[in-house]
Amino acid sequence: MSTILITTAIVTAFTGFLALLLTIAENTIANYGELKIVINDEKEYVVQGGASLLSTLIDQSIFIPSACGGRGSCGYCKVKVLEGGGPVLPTELPWLTEDELKNNVRLSCQCKVKENMKIEIPEEWFNVREYETVVELIEDMTPEIKKLRLRLKDGEEIDFKPGQYIQMKIPTYEGNDEEVYRAYSIATPPSIKNYIDLYIGYTGGTATTYIHKLLKEGDTVYINGPYGEFYYHDNPDKEMIMVAVATGIAPILSILRYMKENNIQRKVTFYFGAKTPIDLFELNLIEELEKELHDFKFLPTLSRVKEEHNWTGERGRVNIALEKYVDNGDNKEAYLCGSPGMIDTVLEVLKKKGFTEETIFYDKF
Amino acid sequence: MKEISPWVIFFASIFTNNMIFSNFLGMCSFISVSNEIPTSLGLGQAVTFVLTFTTMLNYFIYHYILVPLGLEYLRFIIFIITIAAFVQLLEMIVERYFPNLYYTLGIFLPLITVNCVILAVSLFMVIRNYSFLQSVGFAVGSGIGWTLAIAAMAGAKQKIKNNKLPKGLEGAGITLIITGLMALAFIGFSGIVQIQ
Repeated sequence: MSTILITTAIVTAFTGFLALLLTIAENTIANYGELKIVINDEKEYVVQGGASLLSTLIDQSIFIPSACGGRGSCGYCKVKVLEGGGPVLPTELPWLTEDELKNNVRLSCQCKVKENMKIEIPEEWFNVREYETVVELIEDMTPEIKKLRLRLKDGEEIDFKPGQYIQMKIPTYEGNDEEVYRAYSIATPPSIKNYIDLYIGYTGGTATTYIHKLLKEGDTVYINGPYGEFYYHDNPDKEMIMVAVATGIAPILSILRYMKENNIQRKVTFYFGAKTPIDLFELNLIEELEKELHDFKFLPTLSRVKEEHNWTGERGRVNIALEKYVDNGDNKEAYLCGSPGMIDTVLEVLKKKGFTEETIFYDKF
Repeated sequence: MKEISPWVIFFASIFTNNMIFSNFLGMCSFISVSNEIPTSLGLGQAVTFVLTFTTMLNYFIYHYILVPLGLEYLRFIIFIITIAAFVQLLEMIVERYFPNLYYTLGIFLPLITVNCVILAVSLFMVIRNYSFLQSVGFAVGSGIGWTLAIAAMAGAKQKIKNNKLPKGLEGAGITLIITGLMALAFIGFSGIVQIQ
């Protein structure tokens, strides 16, 4: 009996002593006190030192994209550290290119806050947050495109510019052992703040397989955003040329619906490329826009029509329709959204017509 | 065991009784962190450092606390706790006061807490009834031996990096085969000195 007591007492005393020692160390050695982080030379935050830059910033409600939760295995949480980050750690090296190393880019999950720091992040990240949403609706738009409506929690709102995108967290599932983020443009206008619509085309990739095959109505989905330089620019005198293929319609619809709601009276022509009539979707919404917008023309063009489709509209890819109908780039603005291949050919056509870099906005995905 | 000089134990634990090649201990980090020579040298340094200090610490705890109280059978749990606490404390100290050391050793420290070489050296010290100096020689030697092994492995891995391997042998498979071949070579040393 006494052996048991002595043994227990010894182990307890020993463990207790070490625990005490570690607690003292935690509060003295590992206590870095209050430190200052200056972001983009303007905003100053007083933070508790000692934690990683990523979690410190999240505590200050600044959302840095990160998929792995700080393990240093996704490489998303890059920020520019101008002062006070210490040397680059071996755990960061695999994720940083030579250019990034030269520009003091660091992985914020590995870089610890141990002294006053100066960092740089894109201005738009200040508005970025993570939202927990519920899948309210999944609807087939075409055989390959689904519409996803994500509803935010009660009382939460998302602010964005028409045309911007969010990132959706794809969890692990059988066949995918790593969380990833994928970007999808918001199709709803900014006036709708408690849900967003996304169009997701099936490619067989990690994210689209998850969304098309596994995601169900009622499931919880985490998104963060908004991001993106592709949004409506208020130049009232300019005519607008909009070009999209497949799910690229999303940001364009957001912009058009925003214009409708705010009664913006600009001339707009929307060139939409698809393969067959089956691939055209949200036609009701577009019909409504045609009725209510000041001067809006929808020009679908199909590249693989056959006799049985009885198609009387435009044929061929969007660049052909653009060649045909756009006379010049004078006083016009173009908004393009679609695959890199489509964007590149359209850019070529538009530049030939006299558009300049400043008058073309595009979102490649 | 009193008669063996600490120096003999030191050299023996590097070559003839190498922890990796003769005992197959400390294999997990040996397999996973042996892709580049600089990283493996960093880890090796950290292992040597931690080994030396935890073995000294455990020597005193064993001989001055456990033996007098007749609690030798508690050595497993006590050694493990000591190692874990020591590594954590060390990490805090290094991170705060030795920034340069932190960037070479610091990130490896948490990996070492669960490296079986560390516990094995403390236990061998007890089983083989080493004196304090012999224990220190043994610990430092084992650390250097482990570093030598992982650096050699990293070198071999770098050489075969671009070679085509059968699918099933990629990664850990070929590492184990190379380890076996290296172990055969090291066994060649084993007749020179025996310390166990």
